[in-house]
Amino acid sequence: MSEYAILRLLWWAVLGVLLIGIAVMDGFDLGSAILLPFVGRTDMERRVVINTIGPVWEGNQVWLILGGGAIFAAWPPLYAVAFSGFYLAMLLLLCALILRPVGFKYRGKLENPRWRATWDTALFLGGLVPALVFGIAFGNVLRGVPFRFDDTLRMTYTGTVFDLFNPFALLCGLVSVAMLTMHGAAWLACKTEGVVRRRAQRAGWLAALTLAALFVLGGVWAATLDGYTLRSFAGMDAPSNPLTKHVVRETGALMANYAAMPWAAAAPALGVGGALVTALLALLRRFRGLAFVTSGLAIAGVIATAGVSLFPFLLPSSLDPTSSLTVWDASSSATTLLVMSVVTAILLPIVLVYTAWVYRVLRGPVTEADIAADPHMTY
Amino acid sequence: MTGMDVVQLSRWQFGLTAMYHFLFVPLTLGLSVLLAIMESIYVTTGRTVWRDMVQFWGLLFGINFALGVATGLTMEFEFGTNWAYYAHYVGDIFGAPLAIEGLMAFFLEATFIGLFFFGWKRLTRVQHLIVTVLTALGTNLSALWILIANGWMQNPVGARFNIATMRMEVTDFYAVVFNPVAQAKFVHTVSAGYVTGAMFVLSVSAFYLSRGRYRGLAIRSMTVAASFGLASALSVVVLGDESGYMAGLNQKMKIAAIEAMWRTEPAPASFTVFGIPDIDTHTTNDAIRVPWVLGLIATRSLHGQVEGIDNLVAQARQSIKSGMVAYGAMQTLRAHADDAAARAAFDAHVDDLGYALLLKRYTPNVTDASEDQIAAAATDTIPPVLPLFFTFRVMVALGFYFIALFGVMFVLASRRQLERYPWLLRVCLWSLPLPWIAAELGWIVAEVGRQPWTIDGVLPTFLSVSSVPAADVWISLAAFVLFYSVLAVVEVYLMVRTIRHGPHQLVPPVPGPSAQLA
Repeated sequence: MSEYAILRLLWWAVLGVLLIGIAVMDGFDLGSAILLPFVGRTDMERRVVINTIGPVWEGNQVWLILGGGAIFAAWPPLYAVAFSGFYLAMLLLLCALILRPVGFKYRGKLENPRWRATWDTALFLGGLVPALVFGIAFGNVLRGVPFRFDDTLRMTYTGTVFDLFNPFALLCGLVSVAMLTMHGAAWLACKTEGVVRRRAQRAGWLAALTLAALFVLGGVWAATLDGYTLRSFAGMDAPSNPLTKHVVRETGALMANYAAMPWAAAAPALGVGGALVTALLALLRRFRGLAFVTSGLAIAGVIATAGVSLFPFLLPSSLDPTSSLTVWDASSSATTLLVMSVVTAILLPIVLVYTAWVYRVLRGPVTEADIAADPHMTY
Repeated sequence: MTGMDVVQLSRWQFGLTAMYHFLFVPLTLGLSVLLAIMESIYVTTGRTVWRDMVQFWGLLFGINFALGVATGLTMEFEFGTNWAYYAHYVGDIFGAPLAIEGLMAFFLEATFIGLFFFGWKRLTRVQHLIVTVLTALGTNLSALWILIANGWMQNPVGARFNIATMRMEVTDFYAVVFNPVAQAKFVHTVSAGYVTGAMFVLSVSAFYLSRGRYRGLAIRSMTVAASFGLASALSVVVLGDESGYMAGLNQKMKIAAIEAMWRTEPAPASFTVFGIPDIDTHTTNDAIRVPWVLGLIATRSLHGQVEGIDNLVAQARQSIKSGMVAYGAMQTLRAHADDAAARAAFDAHVDDLGYALLLKRYTPNVTDASEDQIAAAATDTIPPVLPLFFTFRVMVALGFYFIALFGVMFVLASRRQLERYPWLLRVCLWSLPLPWIAAELGWIVAEVGRQPWTIDGVLPTFLSVSSVPAADVWISLAAFVLFYSVLAVVEVYLMVRTIRHGPHQLVPPVPGPSAQLA
């Protein structure tokens, strides 16, 4: 395999790692925000929930920003097609994501209950909407979306925002919501005490069992859907031009990789297994650090399942299958991929080290006493 | 014409969201460094008033930072949502600095800002200082990588068009990172941020002093702000001159438009301090000119030529014709990749390919353009002269005003006479919005001056947009205007409220230095 082909495979894996990074790191504070109205009934309980994520959400959101930047740098056509094709969905996502930081920062600034209730709703929506939109986007990617390139590689997208809300995509949206809710519950169980913790535990097994059920249902459904098969292409190290291949639509193509490589089934197994173990830990009242790990593994399994089912496709086109984006024809140049590999190899470990240090400094649960002791520096 | 609508709408949306985002960025840049300075003094002297200052200004920093993070996300998304062809065409080069910004800078500032607020009780004094310094370092590195990306839009070095992929691809990553335009822009922009942070601290402190509130905190804050502000204001003007020199080398049309210099003058060119440019007749009326100055700024010599707009349009015509040869050769090569004659023609003219793309507005085939169409496309290379001419002059005047104000306050501070002239405190207070105005005008000069290109000489703006329905962009533009306006009201309300409450709201004690040492 040539250097360029290896770099492309590597960046396909990095893309997966970053998406999992977003879901694991940004996901627990999205999930905590979804759970905010349910596990926190009084103002003080809600402040406890918000203060568990208060010091870390900014860093977590960078996973999302880095994910966007990495797709731009490594897979420019994917960035162009996905962001402009899902135009209004992206707008919705943005508005929700902007509401969130503002809500964290501003909610606690005034005592007024109406002010706080308004921001609670904003925070809940700021958690729910991104979780839903991410899942719906994945659902549509799995089914293929209607776009085509002209010979200058200008992309035209013919779908509307309403087409995105098809039944399969909605199911994927629910999978995503259940997944991040489970993860948020596991986080809250680690970082809170008393009644909030007990409620998080209950939400945890409910969400984890829902995730396992919906994910299996999605798998069965996906087997009956039309997928895409790469019949011929210019080569694993050919210049990135999507219009140089032949693609056909086939029912069940999303399952083809599992038939060809049975070990790939480890991904969905991890998704289901991780969710079931997480649910079990919650039911056994052992919902602590280990459950946060199993919940993270479940997330990795679910996202890896989407990636493996599509491979080598990144974003199939339902309108003109030839225009589909694959790992072999939608990447940056070999130079850019190499530079980005070196930069990532140096910087990402540093990021992980200081992030770990910050979490260590902040270790231990957030209590109502902490908040009462320092009402102005906390949220 | 529907295509034009999407272009106009997308430009308005990007311009408005960028200018909105840039309300928060300069203050983040400046305040983060001021916080690091104040906290260093606290750690070295152990005097708690300095810690109170860090916590109070930190509170305001936090309110500002939240919206900076939130609105920055919009900027990243818009390259994909609204400028998809741009993303495809230059993503190979432009995406990398954005990704590196996330990895190297944004992670740093965003991870440590949480500890800045929540770490007072959990960290030693030195550890907390390190956290503050790393946050400031992150914000400044962030500006570096964003301006490397932006510098490449102004001066696209180290890249080449690839026919097989129909896009620009990187040939020399080192040249992209060490682009002289990017470096000049970086130092100019962060200095402008420092001026903004200094003015913010100066104005709010002047407000307290004029009412006799929190004198200890206000006088110390003002002293730090005046000295830091003076140094920054000096460097913003000097380094702005560096930006001008770089633009003189690379973006001759931008300089000519800023000066409304219609025709090449014998060297060294004069600088028009003021005048009324007339777009129709290509003359500048009632002009007050200072001999030699422009020639000196733009070429750093007495004999370097600064070229006029009309002359540059004539050059653009030649570039368009050369670009048409490259475009024709490209079409041949796409059908017959091994045509040697076409390959030679393409290689000889590829640097002008972007100029040929200007013709797409008039004829989609490009190679069949008439002389009239070529002339029209050449005229399109003139950016809007009037806004550039005036915004630039106001920005420069503000730069000199900042030097004067910080200079006066610095002298008063060093004589311990900050409270001597109450009217001067009011001047400080009312000067609060000026750095923001200067920064926004600077952005207009840089980015409007780049038109009609997104990537200077490579990709015209009207080709860069996504093929999305105009209605969608209308919806998003309206949503942003509405949403951002509400956020602005909330933001200003909270800022004013926090300032009015003043530092005493921090009374709930954090352990003093003695407790932490124990």
